[in-house]
Amino acid sequence: MFSRLGYNIRQAFAQIWRNKAMSFTAVLAITAMMLVLGIFFVAFVNVDLFANVIQQDYNVVEVYLDDSVAEEDLPEVEQALTDIGGVERLEYRSKEDALEIMKNRWGENGYLLDNLETNPLPNSYLVYVTEKSDADRLSVEARDIPGVTDVTYYQDTVDKLSKITHFIQIGSVVVMAFLVIVSVIVVANTIKLTVFNRSKEIGIMKYLGATDWFVRSPFIVEGIIIGALAAGISAGLMYLLYSKLTDVIGPDILRVLSVPVVPVNYMIYNLLIIFMALGVGIGTCGSIVSIRRFLDK
Amino acid sequence: MILFRNVSKNFGSNVGLANASVHINKGDFVFLVGPSGAGKTTFIRLILKEIDPDKGRITLAGKDITHLSRREIPALRQKIGMVFQDFRLLEKKTVFENVAFAMEIHNAKRRDIKKQVMYVLDLVGIADKKDRYPNELSAGEQQRVGIARAIVNNPRVLICDEPTGNLDPVTAMEIMDLLDKINLRGTTILMVTHAKDIVDKMNKRVVAIENGRIVRDEEGQYGLDTEGDFYDGRDVEVDNYVF
Repeated sequence: MFSRLGYNIRQAFAQIWRNKAMSFTAVLAITAMMLVLGIFFVAFVNVDLFANVIQQDYNVVEVYLDDSVAEEDLPEVEQALTDIGGVERLEYRSKEDALEIMKNRWGENGYLLDNLETNPLPNSYLVYVTEKSDADRLSVEARDIPGVTDVTYYQDTVDKLSKITHFIQIGSVVVMAFLVIVSVIVVANTIKLTVFNRSKEIGIMKYLGATDWFVRSPFIVEGIIIGALAAGISAGLMYLLYSKLTDVIGPDILRVLSVPVVPVNYMIYNLLIIFMALGVGIGTCGSIVSIRRFLDK
Repeated sequence: MILFRNVSKNFGSNVGLANASVHINKGDFVFLVGPSGAGKTTFIRLILKEIDPDKGRITLAGKDITHLSRREIPALRQKIGMVFQDFRLLEKKTVFENVAFAMEIHNAKRRDIKKQVMYVLDLVGIADKKDRYPNELSAGEQQRVGIARAIVNNPRVLICDEPTGNLDPVTAMEIMDLLDKINLRGTTILMVTHAKDIVDKMNKRVVAIENGRIVRDEEGQYGLDTEGDFYDGRDVEVDNYVF
């Protein structure tokens, strides 16, 4: 098929130009679908990242200590925590460490924390447990240990969030698959129109001994061009949209909330690859579907 | 060149071709005549492999083409030139492009295309109109382009389906002279026609079909009497041919 690439590309552009309105409509329709698909993809990727982060961050019981607990008393607290049972390991986080971590999360806005006169964050223990049931028990019993002011444990929330994100992910995949199928149908119909316009030519070609691939390839190239064009436009629009989005609600608020966001360049690079692959795939499938019946005549 | 041996083809209850045997030699000029619906088109469609026979064998240029796979059909058609009654030229292409198109399909080199197309346009006497579009040409000129396109790849066989059907008598005879000239170059020609005057004038071999049967196969005249029937209707024994 690619031995006559020049011929096929010339033919394809000529056809696109001859059916300007229909080609434009197809590009528009696919672009619209890719945009919706892109939005779902952005949501999917970010939700996925969010889910991973909260899993890592909150899969522990955090035990906060009163500032009055002196350093030499720490082994006693550790012992008390270990005695509850089910503890896999303990990680001490001093209030200075906690502030440092917070600063890092706030990123560029970390300087805001520099002006604090006193560190409001408490010393704490991160308790990693072997079993979820141990965590439940530990989060209750640890409160009774002298010097412990508070215990936070988000496992239930994490579980709920995981379920929601999982649901969003499955939903995104279903919607994306549906959009791809619709796109194939749109391209197939566009190409069918150009095939129909050229049915006489196709008939003559076949009498002259043209192979199926010779007849088919300009239409496939046409489909690919339409798909790639839509992919390029969609990626461009998604770039504008996503960078605007991260600009507006963007990294400041999200960082303060300790929720990370997938960087624009990384996202668009991947989106472009996905859109291109999809566009080319949709174009190829669409044209093969639409010309098959004409070739069998 | 073309060999039909006891070939039958039915379309439901309609007979397309019934036990037909014909042998056309290399370099022959053969008229295929008969009333509408007699089986002439079926005969041509079988050669072009648009349809498969129900029974019998078909050979073209020494190759058994009775059953060909879809992939083998383009190679077969490259050996056959087709001339149509309605010319079937592409309106948006010039005369040159219409003929060149037949070579482009076979991946010919640009330089070879230019040379060969100009050669055949000259042969059919239309080289001076190479940049015109089909609708700027007379019917006779359009058919010349059709013939140029059919022979540009040097086919072994030229099949002409009523090539003079849309032409006035004078132009029709000019086209026949051209086909005769092409035949003299060694190309086998099978021409389907209703034109009695042309057949009689050319005095070539005539194969007559009626109701799907070969009813006559001999040199000479068209052979229709005034009532429009073939005069003797006897079956021709072609099985005696040395294949």
